Amino acid sequence: MKNYDVIIIGAGVTGTAIARELSRYQCKVCVLEREEDVCCGTSKANSAIIHAGYDAEPGSWKARLNVRGNEMIESLSRELDFPFRRNGSLVLCLDEKAYPDLKKLYDRGIENGVEELQILNRDEVLSMEPNVSDKVYAALYAPTAGIVCPFHMTIAFAENAYTNGVSFHFNTEVQQIEREAKGWKITTGKGEYNAKCIVNAAGVYADKIHNMVSEKKLHITPRKGEYCLLDKSAGNHVRRTIFTLPGKFGKGVLVTPTVHGNLLIGPTAMDIENKEGVNTTRDGLQQVIEKSADSVKNIPTRQVITSFAGLRAHEDGDDFVIGETENDFIDCAGIESPGLSSAPAIGEVIGKLVQKKYDLKEKIDFISTRTGLPDLNSMTLEKRNEIIHKNPAYGNIICRCEMVTEGEIIDAIKRPLGAKSLDGVKRRTRAGMGRCQAGFCSPKVMEILSRELGKSIEEITKSGGNSRIIEGINKDTF
Amino acid sequence: MKNYDIVIIGGGPAGLSAAVAARKNGTESVLILERDDKLGGILNQCIHNGFGLHTFQEELTGPEYAGRFITQAEELRIEYKLHTMVMDISADEVVTAMNQEEGMFQIQAKAVILAMGCRERSRGALNIPGYRPAGIFSAGTAQRLVNIEGYLPGRKVVILGSGDIGLIMARRMTLEGADVQVVAELMPYSGGLKRNIVQCLDDFGIPLKLSHTVIDIKGKERVEGITLAEVNAEGRPIPGTEEEYECDTLLLSVGLIPENELSRGMGIEMNPVTSGPKVNESLETNIEGVFACGNVLHVHDLVDFVSEEAAMAGRNASLYVQNACRSQENTKNLTEKEIILFSEKGVRYTVPSVIRPDHMPEELTVRFRVGGVYKNCYISCYLDGERILHRKRPVVAPGEMEQIKLTREQIMKNLLLQKITLKIEEE
Repeated sequence: MKNYDVIIIGAGVTGTAIARELSRYQCKVCVLEREEDVCCGTSKANSAIIHAGYDAEPGSWKARLNVRGNEMIESLSRELDFPFRRNGSLVLCLDEKAYPDLKKLYDRGIENGVEELQILNRDEVLSMEPNVSDKVYAALYAPTAGIVCPFHMTIAFAENAYTNGVSFHFNTEVQQIEREAKGWKITTGKGEYNAKCIVNAAGVYADKIHNMVSEKKLHITPRKGEYCLLDKSAGNHVRRTIFTLPGKFGKGVLVTPTVHGNLLIGPTAMDIENKEGVNTTRDGLQQVIEKSADSVKNIPTRQVITSFAGLRAHEDGDDFVIGETENDFIDCAGIESPGLSSAPAIGEVIGKLVQKKYDLKEKIDFISTRTGLPDLNSMTLEKRNEIIHKNPAYGNIICRCEMVTEGEIIDAIKRPLGAKSLDGVKRRTRAGMGRCQAGFCSPKVMEILSRELGKSIEEITKSGGNSRIIEGINKDTF
Repeated sequence: MKNYDIVIIGGGPAGLSAAVAARKNGTESVLILERDDKLGGILNQCIHNGFGLHTFQEELTGPEYAGRFITQAEELRIEYKLHTMVMDISADEVVTAMNQEEGMFQIQAKAVILAMGCRERSRGALNIPGYRPAGIFSAGTAQRLVNIEGYLPGRKVVILGSGDIGLIMARRMTLEGADVQVVAELMPYSGGLKRNIVQCLDDFGIPLKLSHTVIDIKGKERVEGITLAEVNAEGRPIPGTEEEYECDTLLLSVGLIPENELSRGMGIEMNPVTSGPKVNESLETNIEGVFACGNVLHVHDLVDFVSEEAAMAGRNASLYVQNACRSQENTKNLTEKEIILFSEKGVRYTVPSVIRPDHMPEELTVRFRVGGVYKNCYISCYLDGERILHRKRPVVAPGEMEQIKLTREQIMKNLLLQKITLKIEEE
């Protein structure tokens, strides 16, 4: 039996942000994750946007936490060393008749406390973003909006939490939760756990976890969003994140640069039943390409390098479900957009809630900063040579598209909560994320994983579980 | 900063042949930069035979073919660096490269030969819908795993795309014990060589389904199956034609793309049809002293032609260096006459795409591809309005590169010649 003060269920961006906040205090915290790594669900497949905060209903959790999250993110990105850039966003009004809706959005933004909002006219928009549709009539400009790397953000929270004493148990799926005299008993695929307090950050499964302990049922619908990612040569097609006026199913299809310099278009919005349904569809991808063309012209869609789908955890109440819904059971459910933007603030709110309720004392040795992998490509020749001289593996390029070295891949594996699979390496280093989509580097990365983890090549997986890459050796059936 | 007369980017078949030719033409200072752990490039994993019929009049395997050139390069004491990645080339021919021993370093070249080869199109480039499990490989990646590492990437295989690597891998996977169920091809014709369809599919009873594509991939962790469908003339799936295949592996052989990130970075003008640099009769790009050859210039079917083309680039680079030394200054004549090669009616592109008569060799090979399958047709070449070539062909197809030869005499005969046109004619 493993005993903890707080057990967080789910190692996505929400769970890890909470873990990092709780690691400030003197308490024993554990994160349970059913996948083999952090950032394997909704956190890995989304728009990677830090929204300004004008979308949500004033007073809602979504509005409050988004605006607060946006305020926090910049200093947090420095403290925890993950890439973030305030590139600004534009919501396009493509029809004069819809102008009142744009104005409404502006007013809502002001009410939500979003700063620096402006409404721009057609000429101002086009001089800012020449590739925006010629149909544009006006736009809401939010300079505070930004783009982030959701992988690095989640990994940074997790690593910093780990450094401050939080344990992470992967491949550990929660099967049952029972109330005991003092706290909870959690049954998982890997044995039983005890906790005084549970924080539910289980993404699309947060309803399942909640409903294990509560009679006030939640219902989460996976709302699928499909995306296409374009080559870096298309990365400057727009500089800001371009939205169109929101509809019933959210903010529509956006066109945005990513913080790593690609161009991202999507998402669609389709309610589905299957919580594992992250497959892309022909119709969905078609829609992404067609709808993105409504807001931005001449998108070089021949430069698509990959497509993917993510699932928004949409709760029937249409807002985040945040707080202690049952005694000693805290929900962070229904975390759909702007969930990534809100994650720092969710961490803060839950951290304070738990601290207050259990009267936790601050650690004196809390380490607030974390350093990511060195960004070799931004270094001067001299600085780079200094590093290669110390460790020649930094001079050996493995991923030629993203120029990732063996040294960085070894670091990604050896770090706390290091990579265990090809996807784990990819999310940490970008090896395999470029235009050849791991065609050249995957055999080499497999070899490095095998060597560094002391596993045979046959045991190396794409993303844990049954996702092995090699089925056998030549002629083994003869 | 070190100086070399000629720096060659890539030590595959193109780079090796260019290096050998440059040295044989009298240029001593030649350096090959190769990112892999040995010379020979992709030939090292092409262990099947059929290489060298034109060059050596015998059938060699890929490593044997590469070996012939590596031996020549060694005998000529051509310098090379392995494990060395070129990070950048500037427009004034400063090459920035990196390896473990020397770190990041720069070389000033007088001439640069681009010979970086090509890469495979990925699943993403086709936007094939479905899950993203393990078990989806480009045919070349699978080829490396099988032929170099000895690993079998899958047991029940479907192959999308009938490019040569896909065909070769259909045979290889079968020989290694996998069950290759079908090769599907989006187009109504194969993108591979006829001989490969016969030797790799027909001989093993593997069906080739033309006008078919993958419309869904199943399996969250490892591929569990795919759905094939027939496509109409616009390439769209026809409802009702779906067929399910249970498999653990999907190999993709859906086209090759010249790897021109370095070329674009240095400001080289590209041909949108080939995705390679635009070159003149000397295989020189718009940047003086920068030459291109092999699959980085345009994707070839046969390595023999890569070697031939690269030898020409090597000779020309060598001549360029020698002439530049003699004249001391770059006296590029901006008003120098240029004759443009036009690709019309069925011809997709030509390499070269421009000829400077003053630099025209005695005989020049013009290589090109056609855009569709044409039967009982003629390959025609016009100098302005005059047809100088009318070659009958029973069939031409996009999967087989074509070539014609032009002579200096033909070009010089008409001093007012403006344009050369290649086209496919019915009669």
